Amino acid sequence: MKRIALGLRDPLILVALALYGVPFFWQLLTSLKPEAELLRLPPLLPTRLTVVHYRAVFEQSALPRALLNSLGIGVMTTALALVLGLPAAYALARLPVAGRRVLLLGIVASTAFPQIATVSPLYLLVRALGLRDTWTALVLAHTSFTLPLTIWLLAGFIRDIPFALEESAAVDGAGTLATLRWVIGPLVAPGVASAALLAFLFSWNEFLFAYTFTASEASRTVPVALALFPGVFEIPWGDIAAASMLASVPTVLIVIGLQRYLIDGLVAGAVKD
Amino acid sequence: MMAPALTVLAVLTVYPGIWVLWLSLGDHVPIFDVSRFIGLGHYVFLATDTLFLRALGTTAIFTIVSVTLELVLGVLMALALAGQRRGRRLAISLLLLGWAMPAVVTAKIFEWLYHPIGGLVNYVLGGAVINWLGDPYLALPAIILADVWRTTPFVAILAFARLLGIPPELYEAARVDGAGPVATFTRVTLPLLRQILTIAILFRTLDALRAFDIMFVLTGGGPASTTETLTVHAYRAMFQMLQFGFGSAIGVIVFGLVMAVAWIYLRLLQRDEATA
Repeated sequence: MKRIALGLRDPLILVALALYGVPFFWQLLTSLKPEAELLRLPPLLPTRLTVVHYRAVFEQSALPRALLNSLGIGVMTTALALVLGLPAAYALARLPVAGRRVLLLGIVASTAFPQIATVSPLYLLVRALGLRDTWTALVLAHTSFTLPLTIWLLAGFIRDIPFALEESAAVDGAGTLATLRWVIGPLVAPGVASAALLAFLFSWNEFLFAYTFTASEASRTVPVALALFPGVFEIPWGDIAAASMLASVPTVLIVIGLQRYLIDGLVAGAVKD
Repeated sequence: MMAPALTVLAVLTVYPGIWVLWLSLGDHVPIFDVSRFIGLGHYVFLATDTLFLRALGTTAIFTIVSVTLELVLGVLMALALAGQRRGRRLAISLLLLGWAMPAVVTAKIFEWLYHPIGGLVNYVLGGAVINWLGDPYLALPAIILADVWRTTPFVAILAFARLLGIPPELYEAARVDGAGPVATFTRVTLPLLRQILTIAILFRTLDALRAFDIMFVLTGGGPASTTETLTVHAYRAMFQMLQFGFGSAIGVIVFGLVMAVAWIYLRLLQRDEATA
């Protein structure tokens, strides 16, 4: 009896998980359904599959430009967070920094800042600097939350590397830069990958700042373009479904290709004291 | 080495954090160049403002219900994953996908699922014609469900990572001592999950208090303001009514709530460590 129960458990769990996936796959199916069959249920499955919604999104909507904007802003935000965050994380983890605890607490606290509280001053700042509707505005706004996250994650990863390694490198005559390049660098690389992935994802997904600081196709990101997806007389559900699938492409690639780094970053962010 | 990062953080987070306090103490309408100091006026008004108190209540319900559901379902998912032999990687991929997608995409997916005529939810309910997002009683539960779908994987993955670290000997010992599945769960598994779950609750509570995208896109706060949380209320005040000072005051209150929750949890964690 017990063996039967165990044998049934695996399939049951898989069925439960398939149920979890229904919303995503339903949207995928919708994006491939002919227009005339969208509002008709049953049947559940379409009579044929079509790419007309994807063609409409690429040829008539603002999404292609938004994909480019999101990609550019995401890459620049990630690069900035790493360039500024790596040295800071190293110093926090290794060097005798006055008030380290207070600094760390401040950095953690700033990851918890609600964007709804900082959106009004940042809006005035962006306006005063003449940066409305530019990539720069969003790169800066997104750095406000990706930088503290990056420092926090990387400081944790660096602390996990035994200090003795650096000491023996120094004994062997390696300078600080050589130690960073040849000893710390390779060991912290997976941590950097995790931090970079999370920074990119959070920038790609961010909506409130992107919605507030943009005014046209020049800088609107994917979530904004999707939220503002135009419908003149009726809502184009098929096109929206196609657009939301395209908006998830980087997420799907990261989840499938770089899953280990994503999970490492996710767990490290929560577990590092 | 820290100077560049700290300078950027000072400009992008500390400075706005202080500026918003100042903004909340005045009447500010940027497009008309109106800027007038009024002290605590907005806060005094908010203390008895029914719209604000209602948004506060909606935020509390959203936060408590969604975090509770995410916690329970997340632990169940983690246990299922840990007992799973085949298809575990596929399962984790699916869960991570739900968590890592833009919240706006989740909102669009659920908007279509909830569609009165073409929606899958009504079809599964036997062809009912329920206007989920347009009904004042159903809209908030519908939004909570979408949020639970999106964020339960976060709890599940954290709990699962912790479960992998529990040595099998502990379960073996529990079995030898005659503990059934329920006793094993409450006496062995749950105590070991306690710390990671405390942290997961902290992260989830902070995110739920700050949640904006999903209700803003799904309902915009409607119908009849039944899904208008503090964040949506603040946003509308600032960018639709152009009351920057008033909206900032609501933002500051969200800020205060988030910091208060973070502080309480940190104290709890410290006390845990002291007794452990």
